[in-house]
Amino acid sequence: MIPTLLTLLPADDSSWITFDVPSLMQNFWSATFDGLTFGSIYALVALGYTLVYGVLNLINFAHSEVFIMGCYGVFFTLNFLGFGPSAPNLSLGSIIVNLLLALIVAMVASALTAFLLERLAYRPLRRRNAPRLVFLITAIGASFTIQYTIFLVRGPNPEAALTMFRPRPIFDVFGTIVDSQQLLIVIAAVIMMIFVDRFISTSRTGRGIRAVAQDPDTATLMGVNKERIIVTTFVIGGILAGAAALFYVMKIPSGVQYNGGFILGIKAFAAAVLGGIGNVRGALVGGLLLGLIGNYGQILLGNSQWTDVVAFVVLVLVLLLRPEGILGTSLGRSRA
Amino acid sequence: MYRKKAITTLAAAATVGMLLASCANQAAPQATGGGATTGAGSNIPVLTSIETPKDAVLPAGDGKATCPSTTTIAYVGAETGANAQLGINIYNGIQLAINQHNKSNANCQVQFKKFDTEGDPNKATGPVTQVTKESNIIGVVGLPFSGESKATGNIFQQVGLVHITPAATNPTLTDNGWSTFFRGLGNDAVQGPAAAKFMVDKLGAKKVYVVQDDSDYGIGLGTTTSQALGSNMVGLDKVTTGQKDFSATISKIMNAKADAVFYSGYYAEGAPFDQQLVGKGYTGPFVGPDGLKDDQFIKQAGDASANAFFTCPCIPGELIPSFATAYTALTNAQPGTYSIEGYDATTVLLAGIDKGNQDRAKLLNWVKTYDADGLSKHYKWNDKGELQAPAVYGYKVQNGKIVPIGQIGQ
Repeated sequence: MIPTLLTLLPADDSSWITFDVPSLMQNFWSATFDGLTFGSIYALVALGYTLVYGVLNLINFAHSEVFIMGCYGVFFTLNFLGFGPSAPNLSLGSIIVNLLLALIVAMVASALTAFLLERLAYRPLRRRNAPRLVFLITAIGASFTIQYTIFLVRGPNPEAALTMFRPRPIFDVFGTIVDSQQLLIVIAAVIMMIFVDRFISTSRTGRGIRAVAQDPDTATLMGVNKERIIVTTFVIGGILAGAAALFYVMKIPSGVQYNGGFILGIKAFAAAVLGGIGNVRGALVGGLLLGLIGNYGQILLGNSQWTDVVAFVVLVLVLLLRPEGILGTSLGRSRA
Repeated sequence: MYRKKAITTLAAAATVGMLLASCANQAAPQATGGGATTGAGSNIPVLTSIETPKDAVLPAGDGKATCPSTTTIAYVGAETGANAQLGINIYNGIQLAINQHNKSNANCQVQFKKFDTEGDPNKATGPVTQVTKESNIIGVVGLPFSGESKATGNIFQQVGLVHITPAATNPTLTDNGWSTFFRGLGNDAVQGPAAAKFMVDKLGAKKVYVVQDDSDYGIGLGTTTSQALGSNMVGLDKVTTGQKDFSATISKIMNAKADAVFYSGYYAEGAPFDQQLVGKGYTGPFVGPDGLKDDQFIKQAGDASANAFFTCPCIPGELIPSFATAYTALTNAQPGTYSIEGYDATTVLLAGIDKGNQDRAKLLNWVKTYDADGLSKHYKWNDKGELQAPAVYGYKVQNGKIVPIGQIGQ
């Protein structure tokens, strides 16, 4: 037994866990900005998980495919508009118009996917009062169905990379450049999330969403159209996933692939849980934190293979101390 | 309601404003970044022809061979999966060799069977076991990748079935005591030092940043390259298969002021990595091994791929006119990476069959004692199954195409 265990030990000192503090100091700001950029994308996708969980108590595992359909929407639109591997030689105005067009198509593609998913996969089950486990299995099944349908149509390889615009340095913080791409993604994502937050807390539909989340039966008795609220929730999640898709393809042009949403979906789900699933603000906090922790962790521990280890260890620790997530699960309560 | 509209308008206006700000001056030059420019590398001339051995053994043979009509050679390796293209390049080379052999030898029609592993070590054992059970299969070309070769070498060993890999380059594969495993190309113990020498001598790099993935191949090659670089290496990072965001690694590279980056892995990660690296303003060369050398790399990295160089223990088959013409006639495509290696490995097996080695034991013995020129290089193995005189070639990207720049590491 002991000899066996000994062979499991690393062969030399360099294989042990070491903390590279100087490297973290040196790369702190760029790790922060990159972490926030990716964190914003996680957060936008996480909102889709959180909203659906809030109203249905369902973990919609097919949301990663709602997201990837948005990525395909971005790809096909920009491809059609003549974007290629090099940064386009277009005027500023036409780039904005093109990107807005891609954004709209992506939002429509994702929202439509989410809508169909709800109609074809979940609503029939709700009609029959299926147990919760059945919903979960259906979600996983729907995820695979969409993934492999894309695989059959588009093949195993990612789509060719498209460059939307070349990132430009905007300002620098202690010598670390913040570029236009990072700034655009973070600010646009935060604005969208503030907008969703206000929408949920002030609009009539938002009130309906909160009412259904709190108590579906009473909400129905009070005149809320539950089915309509559920569809709306899926569509809002889809629209946000479409926006995330534009930013994701902007950052990672070669990410448009049949299974390209899978890992991002898992991270976004983790972000939702970290912030408090069912909580709109929690998704933002969770997403940004997950992006930052993963980046700090991998630099501190010396290599990128630690990213997910660190992120998920932190997730577990947070959940041990606060099982409901950082901001708690509160879509139903008025805090959202 | 009024309030909601106001917020909507505000959000829309702010988003457009952001877009405006971020796209402004987008035609202006790039941010400053890593040290050297690609200038050093772009001077390296493109190789336009290579010498082929005069007395190379060809699949056609003398035309007088006889063998049972059940005699079969198999290809086991990726036909689908993320890295399928390498597999397709290989089995087309095999198909060409068998077609040429069968056309010339009317009394020896060798069958060809393909088995798909998706290039995945976990999925490879099934097809390999099936191959060992089909007694008509007396020789195998494969498996192409190091991970799957490691997972299945024992199965071939148990039944004494000879297999020549046309692509797996992890050095430790020949340390397993397998007597049925033969490598039809140089391994990474040769490729790593050749890559290091190329970066330091030809590209003039003094501070190379090495990044390796978590595959057997990436780790093995990363190690041999780092060792050969010695003090010319400025840092090492490790990434995972399937990773898409390389921003933290790139931040370290930029802070280290690296003048060359070596990525030890496959194109699925290497391409987005190079693209993000260039997007952050890195202007030095990006060097990768055979796992990156594929048109998919260019497709997925976009314009960023212009700074890429590849090292490969593979011979540029497209520069051998007789082979390239026949290959294009068969497949409507140019020979790809490892097409000629697949062709040559098959030729070794076919030559054995023609000489009457028509069961597994005899064919294994034939390969063991083989000593002759193939179209691409000389084939003679040592007792571990390594080629005695492997060659490593350098390649670069020019106008969106991968072109050879000659033998490196000498």
